[in-house]
Amino acid sequence: MRSITAAKRKRRRHIRLWAVLVWLCVWQIASLCIGKEFLLVAPWRVVVRLWELGGTGDFWISIAWSLLRIGGGFLLGAAAGIFLAALSARFRRVEELLAPAMLAIKTIPVASFIILALIWFSSRNLSVLISFLMVLPVIYTNVLGGIRAADPQLLEMARVFRIPPLRRFRYIYTAQVLPFFRSGCTIALGLCWKSGIAAEVIGMPDGSIGEKLQQAKIYLATPDLFAWTAVIVCVSLAFEKGFLVLLGRLIQRVERM
Amino acid sequence: MEPIRVEHLCKSFDGKPVLRDFSAVFPAGKVSALMAPSGFGKTTLLRILMGLELPDSGKITGLLGKKQSAVFQEDRLCRNLDAAANIRLVCPGLRREEALRAMESVGLAGCAGQPVRELSGGMCRRVAILRALLAESDVLFLDEPFKGLDAETKQTVMQDTKTRCAGKTVLLVTHSREEAQAMGAVQVLAMDQLAAAPGRQA
Repeated sequence: MRSITAAKRKRRRHIRLWAVLVWLCVWQIASLCIGKEFLLVAPWRVVVRLWELGGTGDFWISIAWSLLRIGGGFLLGAAAGIFLAALSARFRRVEELLAPAMLAIKTIPVASFIILALIWFSSRNLSVLISFLMVLPVIYTNVLGGIRAADPQLLEMARVFRIPPLRRFRYIYTAQVLPFFRSGCTIALGLCWKSGIAAEVIGMPDGSIGEKLQQAKIYLATPDLFAWTAVIVCVSLAFEKGFLVLLGRLIQRVERM
Repeated sequence: MEPIRVEHLCKSFDGKPVLRDFSAVFPAGKVSALMAPSGFGKTTLLRILMGLELPDSGKITGLLGKKQSAVFQEDRLCRNLDAAANIRLVCPGLRREEALRAMESVGLAGCAGQPVRELSGGMCRRVAILRALLAESDVLFLDEPFKGLDAETKQTVMQDTKTRCAGKTVLLVTHSREEAQAMGAVQVLAMDQLAAAPGRQA
Protein backbone atom coordinates (compact mmCIF):
# COMPACT_ATOMS: atom_id res chain seq x y z
CA MET A 1 0.00 0.00 0.00
CA ARG A 2 1.32 3.44 -0.88
CA SER A 3 1.67 5.90 1.94
CA ILE A 4 0.58 9.47 1.43
CA THR A 5 2.82 12.00 3.11
CA ALA A 6 1.47 15.11 4.78
CA ALA A 7 3.24 17.26 2.18
CA LYS A 8 1.54 15.42 -0.66
CA ARG A 9 -1.84 15.72 1.02
CA LYS A 10 -1.27 19.45 1.57
CA ARG A 11 -0.35 19.95 -2.08
CA ARG A 12 -3.54 18.18 -3.16
CA ARG A 13 -5.67 20.63 -1.21
CA HIS A 14 -4.11 23.64 -2.93
CA ILE A 15 -5.68 25.29 -5.95
CA ARG A 16 -3.74 24.34 -9.08
CA LEU A 17 -3.00 26.87 -11.81
CA TRP A 18 -4.14 24.57 -14.61
CA ALA A 19 -7.59 24.21 -13.00
CA VAL A 20 -7.94 27.99 -12.75
CA LEU A 21 -6.96 28.35 -16.41
CA VAL A 22 -9.56 25.75 -17.46
CA TRP A 23 -12.31 27.66 -15.63
CA LEU A 24 -11.17 30.95 -17.16
CA CYS A 25 -11.40 29.33 -20.60
CA VAL A 26 -14.91 28.06 -19.80
CA TRP A 27 -15.88 31.61 -18.73
CA GLN A 28 -14.39 33.11 -21.92
CA ILE A 29 -16.20 30.59 -24.16
CA ALA A 30 -19.49 31.14 -22.31
CA SER A 31 -19.26 34.93 -22.68
CA LEU A 32 -18.47 34.53 -26.41
CA CYS A 33 -21.47 32.22 -26.85
CA ILE A 34 -23.84 34.62 -25.06
CA GLY A 35 -22.37 37.60 -26.90
CA LYS A 36 -23.89 40.27 -24.62
CA GLU A 37 -21.48 42.02 -22.26
CA PHE A 38 -24.17 43.14 -19.81
CA LEU A 39 -25.17 39.50 -19.23
CA LEU A 40 -21.73 37.90 -19.01
CA VAL A 41 -18.59 39.93 -19.46
CA ALA A 42 -15.40 38.30 -20.79
CA PRO A 43 -12.55 37.80 -18.32
CA TRP A 44 -10.12 40.01 -20.23
CA ARG A 45 -12.68 42.89 -20.07
CA VAL A 46 -12.76 42.51 -16.30
CA VAL A 47 -8.96 42.78 -16.17
CA VAL A 48 -9.05 45.88 -18.38
CA ARG A 49 -11.76 47.46 -16.21
CA LEU A 50 -9.78 46.63 -13.08
CA TRP A 51 -6.74 48.33 -14.59
CA GLU A 52 -8.81 51.43 -15.37
CA LEU A 53 -10.33 51.52 -11.89
CA GLY A 54 -6.90 51.01 -10.29
CA GLY A 55 -5.76 54.32 -11.79
CA THR A 56 -8.34 56.30 -9.85
CA GLY A 57 -7.97 57.46 -6.25
CA ASP A 58 -11.63 56.71 -5.58
CA PHE A 59 -10.95 52.97 -6.14
CA TRP A 60 -8.33 52.80 -3.41
CA ILE A 61 -10.37 54.97 -1.01
CA SER A 62 -13.34 52.57 -1.38
CA ILE A 63 -11.10 49.57 -0.65
CA ALA A 64 -9.60 51.27 2.40
CA TRP A 65 -13.08 52.34 3.60
CA SER A 66 -14.53 48.83 3.48
CA LEU A 67 -11.34 47.15 4.69
CA LEU A 68 -11.22 49.41 7.74
CA ARG A 69 -14.84 48.78 8.70
CA ILE A 70 -15.14 45.07 7.91
CA GLY A 71 -11.64 44.36 9.26
CA GLY A 72 -12.44 46.42 12.35
CA GLY A 73 -15.68 44.50 12.87
CA PHE A 74 -13.76 41.23 12.55
CA LEU A 75 -11.13 42.25 15.11
CA LEU A 76 -13.77 43.49 17.56
CA GLY A 77 -15.79 40.29 17.10
CA ALA A 78 -12.70 38.11 17.58
CA ALA A 79 -11.65 39.99 20.74
CA ALA A 80 -15.17 39.83 22.19
CA GLY A 81 -15.45 36.13 21.24
CA ILE A 82 -12.19 35.25 23.04
CA PHE A 83 -13.13 37.29 26.11
CA LEU A 84 -16.64 35.81 26.40
CA ALA A 85 -15.35 32.27 25.75
CA ALA A 86 -12.82 32.66 28.57
CA LEU A 87 -15.60 33.92 30.88
CA SER A 88 -17.90 31.06 29.87
CA ALA A 89 -15.17 28.48 30.43
CA ARG A 90 -14.62 29.88 33.93
CA PHE A 91 -18.25 30.54 34.94
CA ARG A 92 -20.98 28.12 33.88
CA ARG A 93 -23.67 30.76 34.51
CA VAL A 94 -22.09 33.04 31.89
CA GLU A 95 -22.19 30.21 29.37
CA GLU A 96 -25.85 29.53 30.20
CA LEU A 97 -26.65 33.23 29.89
CA LEU A 98 -24.89 33.58 26.54
CA ALA A 99 -26.16 30.35 24.94
CA PRO A 100 -29.56 31.76 23.76
CA ALA A 101 -27.95 35.00 22.54
CA MET A 102 -25.32 33.15 20.52
CA LEU A 103 -27.94 30.82 19.07
CA ALA A 104 -30.08 33.81 18.09
CA ILE A 105 -27.16 35.57 16.38
CA LYS A 106 -26.27 32.36 14.51
CA THR A 107 -29.80 31.60 13.30
CA ILE A 108 -31.31 35.03 12.56
CA PRO A 109 -30.79 35.83 8.84
CA VAL A 110 -28.14 38.44 8.21
CA ALA A 111 -30.63 40.48 6.12
CA SER A 112 -32.85 40.89 9.21
CA PHE A 113 -29.89 42.23 11.18
CA ILE A 114 -29.00 44.62 8.38
CA ILE A 115 -32.52 46.05 8.12
CA LEU A 116 -32.87 46.30 11.90
CA ALA A 117 -29.50 48.02 12.18
CA LEU A 118 -30.51 50.46 9.43
CA ILE A 119 -33.65 51.37 11.41
CA TRP A 120 -31.68 51.86 14.63
CA PHE A 121 -28.45 53.42 13.37
CA SER A 122 -27.00 55.15 10.31
CA SER A 123 -25.58 53.12 7.41
CA ARG A 124 -22.08 54.55 7.92
CA ASN A 125 -20.83 51.93 10.37
CA LEU A 126 -23.33 49.22 9.43
CA SER A 127 -20.64 46.85 8.07
CA VAL A 128 -18.71 47.07 11.36
CA LEU A 129 -21.74 45.88 13.30
CA ILE A 130 -22.69 43.17 10.80
CA SER A 131 -19.20 41.68 10.49
CA PHE A 132 -18.89 41.86 14.31
CA LEU A 133 -22.13 39.88 14.68
CA MET A 134 -21.06 37.27 12.13
CA VAL A 135 -17.64 36.76 13.74
CA LEU A 136 -18.65 36.75 17.41
CA PRO A 137 -20.51 33.39 17.64
CA VAL A 138 -17.99 31.55 15.44
CA ILE A 139 -14.97 32.65 17.46
CA TYR A 140 -16.83 32.24 20.75
CA THR A 141 -17.87 28.65 19.96
CA ASN A 142 -14.46 27.63 18.61
CA VAL A 143 -12.41 29.17 21.43
CA LEU A 144 -14.74 27.74 24.09
CA GLY A 145 -14.40 24.33 22.43
CA GLY A 146 -10.60 24.74 22.43
CA ILE A 147 -10.50 25.64 26.12
CA ARG A 148 -12.74 22.68 26.96
CA ALA A 149 -10.55 20.36 24.87
CA ALA A 150 -7.34 21.45 26.63
CA ASP A 151 -5.35 18.41 27.77
CA PRO A 152 -6.56 17.62 31.33
CA GLN A 153 -3.24 15.91 32.10
CA LEU A 154 -1.30 19.10 31.39
CA LEU A 155 -3.73 21.09 33.51
CA GLU A 156 -3.23 18.63 36.38
CA MET A 157 0.53 19.00 35.96
CA ALA A 158 0.14 22.78 36.16
CA ARG A 159 -1.93 22.40 39.32
CA VAL A 160 0.61 20.16 41.07
CA PHE A 161 3.53 22.44 40.16
CA ARG A 162 1.41 25.50 41.03
CA ILE A 163 2.13 27.26 37.74
CA PRO A 164 0.64 30.79 38.04
CA PRO A 165 -2.51 31.48 35.93
CA LEU A 166 -0.84 33.91 33.53
CA ARG A 167 2.00 31.47 32.80
CA ARG A 168 -0.54 28.65 32.45
CA PHE A 169 -2.49 30.72 29.92
CA ARG A 170 0.63 31.73 28.00
CA TYR A 171 2.33 28.36 27.67
CA ILE A 172 -0.39 25.72 28.08
CA TYR A 173 -3.72 27.16 26.93
CA THR A 174 -2.40 29.26 24.02
CA ALA A 175 -0.98 26.28 22.13
CA GLN A 176 -4.03 24.13 22.80
CA VAL A 177 -6.65 26.74 21.87
CA LEU A 178 -4.76 28.12 18.86
CA PRO A 179 -5.83 25.46 16.30
CA PHE A 180 -9.49 26.03 17.28
CA PHE A 181 -9.08 29.83 17.10
CA ARG A 182 -7.27 29.59 13.76
CA SER A 183 -9.99 27.45 12.15
CA GLY A 184 -12.62 29.79 13.64
CA CYS A 185 -10.84 32.77 12.07
CA THR A 186 -10.76 31.10 8.65
CA ILE A 187 -14.53 30.51 8.75
CA ALA A 188 -15.31 33.91 10.31
CA LEU A 189 -13.18 35.88 7.84
CA GLY A 190 -15.08 34.48 4.87
CA LEU A 191 -18.40 35.13 6.62
CA CYS A 192 -17.61 38.68 7.71
CA TRP A 193 -16.53 39.78 4.21
CA LYS A 194 -19.63 38.31 2.57
CA SER A 195 -22.04 39.75 5.14
CA GLY A 196 -20.14 43.06 5.46
CA ILE A 197 -20.34 43.69 1.73
CA ALA A 198 -24.01 42.62 1.69
CA ALA A 199 -24.65 45.20 4.43
CA GLU A 200 -22.89 47.87 2.35
CA VAL A 201 -24.92 46.96 -0.75
CA ILE A 202 -28.18 47.35 1.20
CA GLY A 203 -27.14 50.37 3.29
CA MET A 204 -25.10 52.04 0.51
CA PRO A 205 -22.80 54.09 2.75
CA ASP A 206 -20.87 56.70 0.71
CA GLY A 207 -17.46 55.58 -0.53
CA SER A 208 -17.83 51.86 0.23
CA ILE A 209 -17.27 48.88 -2.08
CA GLY A 210 -20.94 47.96 -1.52
CA GLU A 211 -22.02 51.33 -2.91
CA LYS A 212 -19.92 50.69 -6.04
CA LEU A 213 -21.56 47.28 -6.49
CA GLN A 214 -25.02 48.83 -6.11
CA GLN A 215 -24.17 51.50 -8.71
CA ALA A 216 -22.93 48.79 -11.10
CA LYS A 217 -26.29 47.04 -10.71
CA ILE A 218 -28.30 50.26 -11.30
CA TYR A 219 -26.33 51.18 -14.47
CA LEU A 220 -26.03 47.53 -15.65
CA ALA A 221 -22.24 47.99 -15.63
CA THR A 222 -21.38 44.30 -15.59
CA PRO A 223 -17.60 44.80 -16.05
CA ASP A 224 -17.63 47.01 -12.93
CA LEU A 225 -19.65 44.41 -11.03
CA PHE A 226 -17.15 41.67 -11.90
CA ALA A 227 -14.16 43.93 -11.28
CA TRP A 228 -15.38 44.93 -7.80
CA THR A 229 -16.24 41.31 -7.02
CA ALA A 230 -12.67 40.33 -7.95
CA VAL A 231 -11.43 43.11 -5.67
CA ILE A 232 -13.53 41.78 -2.76
CA VAL A 233 -12.17 38.26 -3.26
CA CYS A 234 -8.57 39.50 -3.42
CA VAL A 235 -8.87 41.83 -0.41
CA SER A 236 -10.66 39.16 1.63
CA LEU A 237 -7.98 36.53 0.81
CA ALA A 238 -5.12 38.98 1.45
CA PHE A 239 -6.67 39.99 4.78
CA GLU A 240 -7.09 36.33 5.78
CA LYS A 241 -3.52 35.38 4.83
CA GLY A 242 -2.05 38.51 6.43
CA PHE A 243 -4.02 38.03 9.63
CA LEU A 244 -3.05 34.35 9.98
CA VAL A 245 0.64 35.11 9.34
CA LEU A 246 0.58 37.90 11.95
CA LEU A 247 -1.23 35.61 14.37
CA GLY A 248 1.42 32.91 13.91
CA ARG A 249 4.21 35.42 14.58
CA LEU A 250 2.42 36.77 17.64
CA ILE A 251 1.98 33.27 19.08
CA GLN A 252 5.66 32.48 18.47
CA ARG A 253 6.61 35.64 20.39
CA VAL A 254 4.18 34.89 23.23
CA GLU A 255 5.45 31.32 23.63
CA ARG A 256 9.12 32.27 23.55
CA MET A 257 10.75 31.56 26.89
CA MET B 1 9.80 19.03 59.00
CA GLU B 2 6.79 16.91 59.98
CA PRO B 3 6.10 13.58 58.26
CA ILE B 4 3.12 12.98 55.98
CA ARG B 5 0.47 10.99 57.84
CA VAL B 6 -2.31 9.19 56.04
CA GLU B 7 -5.06 7.83 58.29
CA HIS B 8 -7.90 5.49 57.34
CA LEU B 9 -8.02 6.63 53.73
CA CYS B 10 -10.84 5.21 51.61
CA LYS B 11 -11.51 5.81 47.94
CA SER B 12 -13.75 4.03 45.49
CA PHE B 13 -14.65 4.62 41.85
CA ASP B 14 -18.19 3.73 40.72
CA GLY B 15 -18.70 1.70 43.88
CA LYS B 16 -15.49 -0.28 43.38
CA PRO B 17 -13.12 0.28 46.31
CA VAL B 18 -9.56 1.16 45.33
CA LEU B 19 -8.22 2.23 48.71
CA ARG B 20 -9.67 0.59 51.80
CA ASP B 21 -8.84 2.09 55.20
CA PHE B 22 -5.26 2.79 54.18
CA SER B 23 -2.94 4.25 56.79
CA ALA B 24 0.75 5.08 56.56
CA VAL B 25 3.42 7.49 57.74
CA PHE B 26 5.96 8.85 55.26
CA PRO B 27 8.99 10.22 57.11
CA ALA B 28 10.06 13.75 56.25
CA GLY B 29 13.20 14.19 54.17
CA LYS B 30 13.36 10.47 53.30
CA VAL B 31 12.41 8.22 50.42
CA SER B 32 9.42 5.89 50.90
CA ALA B 33 8.60 3.33 48.26
CA LEU B 34 5.12 2.03 47.48
CA MET B 35 4.94 -1.39 45.84
CA ALA B 36 2.06 -3.52 44.69
CA PRO B 37 0.73 -5.12 41.54
CA SER B 38 -1.39 -2.90 39.29
CA GLY B 39 -4.85 -2.02 40.62
CA PHE B 40 -3.98 -1.72 44.29
CA GLY B 41 -4.38 2.06 44.36
CA LYS B 42 -0.77 3.28 44.31
CA THR B 43 -1.46 5.97 41.73
CA THR B 44 -4.81 6.82 43.36
CA LEU B 45 -3.01 7.38 46.66
CA LEU B 46 -0.49 9.68 44.98
CA ARG B 47 -3.30 11.59 43.20
CA ILE B 48 -5.09 12.09 46.52
CA LEU B 49 -1.87 13.33 48.16
CA MET B 50 -1.24 15.69 45.23
CA GLY B 51 -4.76 17.10 45.65
CA LEU B 52 -6.00 15.81 42.30
CA GLU B 53 -8.60 13.49 43.83
CA LEU B 54 -10.73 13.80 46.95
CA PRO B 55 -10.82 10.79 49.28
CA ASP B 56 -14.18 9.35 50.32
CA SER B 57 -13.00 9.41 53.91
CA GLY B 58 -9.80 9.59 55.91
CA LYS B 59 -7.31 12.20 57.01
CA ILE B 60 -4.02 13.51 55.61
CA THR B 61 -1.64 15.70 57.60
CA GLY B 62 1.82 17.11 56.95
CA LEU B 63 1.26 18.38 53.41
CA LEU B 64 -0.18 21.81 54.14
CA GLY B 65 1.94 24.65 52.73
CA LYS B 66 4.52 22.27 51.28
CA LYS B 67 5.65 22.74 47.69
CA GLN B 68 5.11 19.68 45.54
CA SER B 69 6.52 18.33 42.34
CA ALA B 70 5.84 15.12 40.49
CA VAL B 71 6.80 12.67 37.80
CA PHE B 72 3.54 11.26 36.51
CA GLN B 73 3.12 7.91 34.79
CA GLU B 74 2.78 9.91 31.56
CA ASP B 75 5.40 12.51 30.65
CA ARG B 76 2.91 15.39 30.59
CA LEU B 77 5.19 17.73 28.64
CA CYS B 78 4.06 20.70 26.57
CA ARG B 79 4.56 19.53 22.99
CA ASN B 80 4.83 23.10 21.68
CA LEU B 81 7.82 23.94 23.90
CA ASP B 82 11.39 22.73 23.69
CA ALA B 83 12.93 20.49 26.36
CA ALA B 84 14.61 23.32 28.30
CA ALA B 85 11.46 25.47 28.19
CA ASN B 86 9.43 22.60 29.63
CA ILE B 87 11.76 22.49 32.61
CA ARG B 88 11.80 26.27 33.00
CA LEU B 89 8.00 26.37 32.84
CA VAL B 90 7.84 25.02 36.39
CA CYS B 91 11.04 26.73 37.60
CA PRO B 92 10.66 30.42 36.71
CA GLY B 93 13.89 31.35 38.49
CA LEU B 94 16.02 28.83 36.61
CA ARG B 95 18.26 30.30 33.91
CA ARG B 96 18.47 28.52 30.56
CA GLU B 97 22.20 27.79 31.10
CA GLU B 98 21.42 26.08 34.40
CA ALA B 99 18.72 23.98 32.73
CA LEU B 100 21.22 23.01 30.00
CA ARG B 101 23.84 21.95 32.57
CA ALA B 102 21.27 19.80 34.38
CA MET B 103 20.23 18.23 31.09
CA GLU B 104 23.83 17.27 30.35
CA SER B 105 23.96 15.31 33.60
CA VAL B 106 21.23 12.93 32.38
CA GLY B 107 22.58 12.58 28.86
CA LEU B 108 20.35 15.17 27.24
CA ALA B 109 23.11 17.47 26.01
CA GLY B 110 22.38 18.92 22.60
CA CYS B 111 18.64 18.45 22.58
CA ALA B 112 17.64 21.31 24.85
CA GLY B 113 16.40 23.43 21.97
CA GLN B 114 14.46 20.64 20.29
CA PRO B 115 10.67 20.63 20.62
CA VAL B 116 9.74 17.67 22.82
CA ARG B 117 7.54 16.26 20.07
CA GLU B 118 10.78 15.48 18.21
CA LEU B 119 12.38 13.63 21.15
CA SER B 120 12.27 9.89 21.74
CA GLY B 121 10.17 8.36 24.53
CA GLY B 122 13.24 7.85 26.74
CA MET B 123 14.38 11.44 26.23
CA CYS B 124 10.91 12.78 27.09
CA ARG B 125 10.95 10.67 30.24
CA ARG B 126 14.29 12.18 31.29
CA VAL B 127 12.97 15.70 30.66
CA ALA B 128 9.90 14.93 32.81
CA ILE B 129 12.12 13.58 35.62
CA LEU B 130 14.47 16.56 35.46
CA ARG B 131 11.55 18.97 35.50
CA ALA B 132 10.31 17.45 38.76
CA LEU B 133 13.79 17.42 40.29
CA LEU B 134 14.63 21.02 39.41
CA ALA B 135 11.28 22.45 40.52
CA GLU B 136 11.47 24.05 43.95
CA SER B 137 9.74 21.47 46.18
CA ASP B 138 9.58 19.88 49.63
CA VAL B 139 7.68 16.77 48.56
CA LEU B 140 8.28 14.72 45.42
CA PHE B 141 5.82 12.22 44.02
CA LEU B 142 7.45 9.77 41.62
CA ASP B 143 5.02 7.44 39.88
CA GLU B 144 7.05 4.75 38.12
CA PRO B 145 9.55 7.41 37.07
CA PHE B 146 12.12 5.18 35.37
CA LYS B 147 9.82 3.12 33.17
CA GLY B 148 10.82 3.06 29.53
CA LEU B 149 14.50 3.78 30.20
CA ASP B 150 17.21 1.35 29.12
CA ALA B 151 19.34 -0.25 31.87
CA GLU B 152 22.37 2.02 31.41
CA THR B 153 20.39 5.25 31.23
CA LYS B 154 18.28 4.14 34.17
CA GLN B 155 21.38 3.80 36.37
CA THR B 156 22.60 7.31 35.44
CA VAL B 157 19.17 8.88 35.94
CA MET B 158 18.55 7.04 39.23
CA GLN B 159 21.87 8.24 40.58
CA ASP B 160 21.09 11.81 39.52
CA THR B 161 17.58 11.56 41.01
CA LYS B 162 18.90 10.24 44.32
CA THR B 163 21.42 13.09 44.58
CA ARG B 164 18.90 15.80 43.73
CA CYS B 165 16.23 14.34 46.05
CA ALA B 166 18.46 14.51 49.13
CA GLY B 167 16.60 16.11 52.02
CA LYS B 168 13.20 16.00 50.32
CA THR B 169 10.25 13.81 51.24
CA VAL B 170 9.91 11.38 48.34
CA LEU B 171 7.09 8.95 47.59
CA LEU B 172 8.24 6.50 44.96
CA VAL B 173 5.80 4.17 43.26
CA THR B 174 7.63 1.27 41.69
CA HIS B 175 7.30 -2.37 40.73
CA SER B 176 10.99 -3.05 41.42
CA ARG B 177 12.51 -3.60 44.85
CA GLU B 178 15.96 -2.89 43.31
CA GLU B 179 14.80 0.57 42.25
CA ALA B 180 13.57 1.26 45.77
CA GLN B 181 16.90 0.16 47.21
CA ALA B 182 18.92 2.11 44.67
CA MET B 183 16.94 5.24 45.57
CA GLY B 184 17.76 4.65 49.24
CA ALA B 185 14.18 4.04 50.38
CA VAL B 186 13.92 3.88 54.18
CA GLN B 187 10.66 1.93 53.95
CA VAL B 188 8.99 -0.16 51.29
CA LEU B 189 5.21 -0.40 51.68
CA ALA B 190 3.66 -3.39 49.99
CA MET B 191 0.19 -1.99 49.38
CA ASP B 192 -1.32 -5.33 48.39
CA GLN B 193 -0.43 -6.78 51.80
CA LEU B 194 -1.76 -3.67 53.57
CA ALA B 195 -5.01 -4.02 51.65
CA ALA B 196 -5.28 -7.65 52.73
CA ALA B 197 -5.16 -6.50 56.35
CA PRO B 198 -7.40 -3.41 56.41
CA GLY B 199 -6.65 -0.81 59.03
CA ARG B 200 -3.09 -1.92 59.55
CA GLN B 201 -0.65 0.90 60.33
CA ALA B 202 2.31 0.89 57.95
